[in-house]
Amino acid sequence: MDLDLSPSELAFQAEARAWLAENVPAEPLPSLDTPEGFELHRQWEAKLSAARWPVVSWPEEYHGRGASLVEWIIFEEEYYRAGAPLRVGQNGIFLLSPILFEHGTKEQQDRFLPSMATGEKVWAQCWSEPEAGSDLASLKSTARRDDERGGWVLNGQKIWCSRAALAHWGFGLFRSDPEAQKHAGLTYFLFPLDAEGVTVRPIAQLDGEAGFAEVFFDDVFVPDADVLGAPGDGWRVAMSTAGNERGLSLRSPGRFTAAADRLLALYADRPDPRVADRVVDAWIGAEAYRLYTWGTVSRLKDGGDIGAAGSVNKVWWSELDVALHETALDLLGADAELESTWLDGYTFSLSGPIYAGTNEIQRNIVAERILGLPREPKGAQK
Amino acid sequence: MRFELTTDQRDFAASLESLLSAADTVAAARAWAAGDHDPGLKLWQRLAEQGVTELATEATPVEVVVAFEALGRHAVPGPWVESAAYLPVALGREVEGIGTVGAPRALDADVADELYAVVDGALHTATAGAAHVSVDRARHLFDVTVGDPVEHGDLAAAYDLAALATAAQLLGAGERVLADAVTYVKQRRQFGREIGSYQAIKHKLADVRIALDFARPLVFGAALVPTGSITERERAVSAAKVACADAAYLASRTGLQVHGAIGYTQEFDLSVWITKIRALVTAWGTPAEHRARILDSLVGA
Repeated sequence: MDLDLSPSELAFQAEARAWLAENVPAEPLPSLDTPEGFELHRQWEAKLSAARWPVVSWPEEYHGRGASLVEWIIFEEEYYRAGAPLRVGQNGIFLLSPILFEHGTKEQQDRFLPSMATGEKVWAQCWSEPEAGSDLASLKSTARRDDERGGWVLNGQKIWCSRAALAHWGFGLFRSDPEAQKHAGLTYFLFPLDAEGVTVRPIAQLDGEAGFAEVFFDDVFVPDADVLGAPGDGWRVAMSTAGNERGLSLRSPGRFTAAADRLLALYADRPDPRVADRVVDAWIGAEAYRLYTWGTVSRLKDGGDIGAAGSVNKVWWSELDVALHETALDLLGADAELESTWLDGYTFSLSGPIYAGTNEIQRNIVAERILGLPREPKGAQK
Repeated sequence: MRFELTTDQRDFAASLESLLSAADTVAAARAWAAGDHDPGLKLWQRLAEQGVTELATEATPVEVVVAFEALGRHAVPGPWVESAAYLPVALGREVEGIGTVGAPRALDADVADELYAVVDGALHTATAGAAHVSVDRARHLFDVTVGDPVEHGDLAAAYDLAALATAAQLLGAGERVLADAVTYVKQRRQFGREIGSYQAIKHKLADVRIALDFARPLVFGAALVPTGSITERERAVSAAKVACADAAYLASRTGLQVHGAIGYTQEFDLSVWITKIRALVTAWGTPAEHRARILDSLVGA
């Protein structure tokens, strides 16, 4: 048992640290959910990709470095420690790309991955529907077969689509076989958000920015080439995304250890003994998450998978994120209500326990799949 | 980087687990509580034969942690932290028989072959005085009368290993309470179904699972801090102690809640762990003391 990095991992760490120190913008960029901030964040992605940092774990042919999981975590730690901008391409890079690598055709990989890496094309996640939130499989938007044109015709509505207000492409599930059972008959589609028949209505979030949108589909044609995985197999394909979102890839520990360090600096600036224990607990929480992640990485290296532990992970980081930021706001006292990066971070953190499957759903998964507790009887549902 | 137990460490954990599962450790703890030390001392001897008493001097903190988690899981009675974690480091040698130390009161001084007290950062011989009753009936605590100073090693390192061993014991105890609670809620039926199918109960137990899952890596992370990084070691040990105390305490409260009245009785075995956890939360540094130490090391507050 050890936590030591190898010489090559240390060299990788040094290279990342040096590049970030040289290149991270001195001033924070405007919110990536504003048109101006969106463009500046895309320029940052382009800069990252010119130096081959946007997707270190991808193969070199797609702007990656073929980095190991350990190196990826090292990079993320350095990235957040350096105070680098949020990733405008995160939906594509962290949620879609694992699926493209696993289920996509070579043609799809060649067509979509490079522009995703460089920030040229930003992807929106179009999962939920007005009546299908955490119960994703109950979604109703349809895909009708069009043999003549060699593709599918989409109809319906998606909501809470992250980044959809400004993004270029979207990915989501549609019901392609109305006769099939709930989880069967779903197909995973990729579609341009400026396609004919697509209407995007931005929705302002708590912070006033249109971080997500409603997307309406009115006879939108999608060719067979843009179906991800086999038709009717969408649920299985999508579940590997959900695992990624809850598990490792979206919320690397560097984000929280860096935030804990900033919280300690804030405390040093404005010490308040009444808040001290919570500052310590936030630091402990981030440290626990960092070490827990090394354990997960070790198990993955040994051939294990994350499985339901992704739900343990998701509850932890999302609640840690809220606690970190609430504590910072309490240290700020009456200034807490004024606009600041802490307030931005706080508002963003509030979404954590809600998205990617609410924490209530995650706790059910932990209880049923890890502890082996019985499911609610059928009659208790609905 | 491989933050997982090695095969040897797993084997060691498995052998302790099989030894302790086969021994009636709860009966030993109950007898110990009643003043009959024989079953506990026999258990002590068998664990010593497995090498548990020499881990602090002959192995690494990882093995110490592995062993103490098992001791906690099985509620093994006796001054294990004092004898097999603190004193070996403080004295620079394995204790012959059983040792204990006033910190501030001495645990189980009545069965100890060697008794010490720490005064102003120095180790002294000591003799036992008045006995006190602990919330954990299997912990007999004694006042000490300080004697002569004795040559000693690094008492700060000894304290940290003791606090870390206590954290590991809490982790094991918390795991045990969770496992027993899960078993119980799958059997116990109310209003026509297993109580474990109610979401309110599921969520409470899921929170215990999550708390223990994130306390564990802090324990092993603290065991891996390189010798020499004293500030880092103190901080890591304190984080482990705080997190394990919180997680185990949550486990004990939740375990009691889902058991209902039977869990509130002394005759039911859950009481052995509930009371032990409460005692260990404040043993070898209270949560407040450890949080203060962390804050001090991070911001010099």
